[in-house]
Amino acid sequence: MMNYFPDEVLEHVFDFVTSHRDRNAVSLVCKLWYRVERFSRQRVFIGNCYAISPERLIDRFPGVKALTLKGKPHFADFNLVPQDWGGYVQPWIEALARSRIGLEELRLKRMVVSDESLDVLSRSFTNFKSLVLVSCEGFTTDGLEAIAANCRFLRELDLQENEIEEKKNLWLGCFPDSCTSLVSLNFACLKEINLVALERLVARNPNLKSLKLNRAVPLEALQRILMRAPQLVDLGTGSFVLDRDSDDSETYRKLRGTILKCRSIRNLSGFLEVAPRCLPAIYPICLNLTYLNLSYAAGIHGSELIKLIRLCGKLQRLWILDYIGDKGLEIVASTCKDLQELRVFPSDPFGAGHAAVTETGLVAISSGCPKLNSLLYFCQQMTNAALIAVAKNCPNFIRFRLCILDPTKPDPVTMQPLDEGFGAIVQSSKRLRRLSLSGLLTDRVFLYIGMYAEQLEMLSIAFAGESDKGMLYVLNGCKKLRKLEIRDSPFGDMALLRDVGKYETMRSLWMSSCDVTLGGCKTLAKQMPRLNVEIINENDQMEFAHEDSQKVEKMYLYRTLVGPRKDAPEFVWTLV
Amino acid sequence: MSVPLEHDYIGLSSEAVPSMEGSERSSSGGLNLNLKATELRLGLPGSESPERDNGVGVLKSLLVVSGAKRGFSDAIDGASGKWVLSGNGGSEAELGKGGNLFSPRGINGGGKGGGCECNNQNTGLGSPVLKDGVVPPQSPKPLQEKKPQLSAPAAKAQVVGWPPIRSFRKNSMATHSPKNDDDAEGKSGSGCLYVKVSMDGAPYLRKVDLKTYGSYMDLSSALEKMFSCFTIGQCSSHGVPSRDGLNESRLMDLLSGSEYVLTYEDKDGDWMLVGDVPWEMFTDSCKRLRIMKSSEAIGLAPRAMEKCKNRN
Repeated sequence: MMNYFPDEVLEHVFDFVTSHRDRNAVSLVCKLWYRVERFSRQRVFIGNCYAISPERLIDRFPGVKALTLKGKPHFADFNLVPQDWGGYVQPWIEALARSRIGLEELRLKRMVVSDESLDVLSRSFTNFKSLVLVSCEGFTTDGLEAIAANCRFLRELDLQENEIEEKKNLWLGCFPDSCTSLVSLNFACLKEINLVALERLVARNPNLKSLKLNRAVPLEALQRILMRAPQLVDLGTGSFVLDRDSDDSETYRKLRGTILKCRSIRNLSGFLEVAPRCLPAIYPICLNLTYLNLSYAAGIHGSELIKLIRLCGKLQRLWILDYIGDKGLEIVASTCKDLQELRVFPSDPFGAGHAAVTETGLVAISSGCPKLNSLLYFCQQMTNAALIAVAKNCPNFIRFRLCILDPTKPDPVTMQPLDEGFGAIVQSSKRLRRLSLSGLLTDRVFLYIGMYAEQLEMLSIAFAGESDKGMLYVLNGCKKLRKLEIRDSPFGDMALLRDVGKYETMRSLWMSSCDVTLGGCKTLAKQMPRLNVEIINENDQMEFAHEDSQKVEKMYLYRTLVGPRKDAPEFVWTLV
Repeated sequence: MSVPLEHDYIGLSSEAVPSMEGSERSSSGGLNLNLKATELRLGLPGSESPERDNGVGVLKSLLVVSGAKRGFSDAIDGASGKWVLSGNGGSEAELGKGGNLFSPRGINGGGKGGGCECNNQNTGLGSPVLKDGVVPPQSPKPLQEKKPQLSAPAAKAQVVGWPPIRSFRKNSMATHSPKNDDDAEGKSGSGCLYVKVSMDGAPYLRKVDLKTYGSYMDLSSALEKMFSCFTIGQCSSHGVPSRDGLNESRLMDLLSGSEYVLTYEDKDGDWMLVGDVPWEMFTDSCKRLRIMKSSEAIGLAPRAMEKCKNRN
């Protein structure tokens, strides 16, 4: 019946279909729908920049306005992927510019961005509004100058955890006086900033809702900025210290007063340096916070941290350092009844010794916060009993990432592997999409995962398993698996080659320090031409004997429609 | 199953320390990690190094966390050649860029990467001893012939990429690890040393924490970044700054050239030229800093002027 509607109607209906997965599904219904959908699609998500080419993107979606691109594999975050592996955004920007695409938003993750790319970007798209760079590298503040100076309608500049070379401290001053459209600005990852330019910028951008400062912004400046921007919803403080010989009480009083006027703040982060005695100034904000990120706030601990937590009754997302300890987590459990996401990061071990967290804290959280659905937990140890309790208390996990700091540690009470504990988690959380394992684990845990984790899309394995069977359970059982990354586990060619077709249903597979051999990888590459099977061999290439029986140190394979990439460095061999 | 290998800690200082024997995970003799290598730790109090006497088959706690000592952080900050990676043969350190910390390569013999590179994360000294329990039923990787040729031992084994924390976060925590929190209540002075920095002609002052730098080089380059906007000037009229000849070392040139001199006021209230005394002595006695025009520096002691000339 839909065929009798004019295209415009179809298009209008499709407007309500926003998730890219749904739109992908829509496009598969019939040729008509495919056609209408592709011309009306504005937001495109490309999870692997090497799976497709910019030309093909432009060809299919000429109306694209918002593009997300991801580059390096996830394990690049942990130094497992060498420099210069790839992930360059330059060809994308050039192609989009050449084709006069009306790009408005660009979101990049783990990509290499050059100053030149930023320059071309800033000058090629008149309506460019939003640039979000996450864990990217390769650019300097020169590139930021171009963005600031040339993007006349910029609304969002969000720099998250990038490695940026800081040359001159001028870029903020390059926003013209006519720039009044900013809604979101995040430069927390920089070390320096031009304070005067910052204050002026904030003053003339009344729509600013999200502002994340860096550690070069002292408390006095923060107070002045907040005075000009009481409408902020999302605040990242810089340095929260007062100068020793400035007039402390006066500044503090002013700060308190200013903060009381900031009634809209719901997300708070920063505190890159802290003078604890100034913390009470933010207590009034705590009552309404839904997101609190203290994971860089090494200076807030002990009783100060607890005081803060106790005030945050409405918290839904909490990121903290393990200073909080098990006792602190108990307080979180009793205070933050709406908690959905918790991330506990490891801190300096030279702290107070009891700074780290164990299974006790996690169990406490699970019993106090039944809405918990997303967890990242770095801890000293974990027990099966605890995991089973957590599984029972919280059946709604979507993301469950457990990182025991000693990666092969068994249950310290029973000395057993943690198979049963993780098994309980996957069995109870039927909507689990992402899982990271650690601790001592045998093949059994993978049996459980294959059996129960039906919605699992991403699995991270390290130092786990006993034989190929483990990997096979997963490949066989997890029908929705998209990303599998494995390190230091005894999986070899037998597992790799059992079901080669599986990899075309996935985005990528990473295996490092496993037992797959060059021969196995070659076989796979031969059988599956639409996979790029990359061997990353950064060590002395001469010594790599090219024998098929030799184990491969790092293998990264991904499905692609455009064959081996042309920008691979010397140490990356794409097998064909 | 590849077991995580234990490797030496990267040299944190130029002191020669005995190299640690990387040891197998399984029972090949006792594990003789030289934990006295904790003298590498440049000054963070309160860290213990419990003797590890676990006998056989214990994987050392791989509690590698992101915090690190200040000395460590200084080197990262400066990205200078302070790190000594001696005897690494063909390996290269991956510096700075991309947030990669040093990771010697070519550690393993046998022609292929052993998969475990050291990165210079701090080790979990003072962390609980790994339970001497179940050794998983895997055959350990044969110990490589070539031991890591690093000059300094690690107190603990290191596994690259573990725990899985983003480089950015690791670097960030390393550079700004928590101060000694004995008496941190309210005192901004505990463990940090903020001094004012003024520059002749600049509209406002800055503050720097001298404790975050390890050398004059570090301080100098940090100051140059802080104050570059004053010396180099604003963007040109159409918003894009001209690039002719201006680069980040301009202020450095200015400082080490003749236009500006870096001076400090010491405990006695005298204005001294920065650079004469050892770094530690300087941080002890410095109360404030001033980037002074050379023309004004004539008022300093004659030796200062002479030094000034000699620096060109």
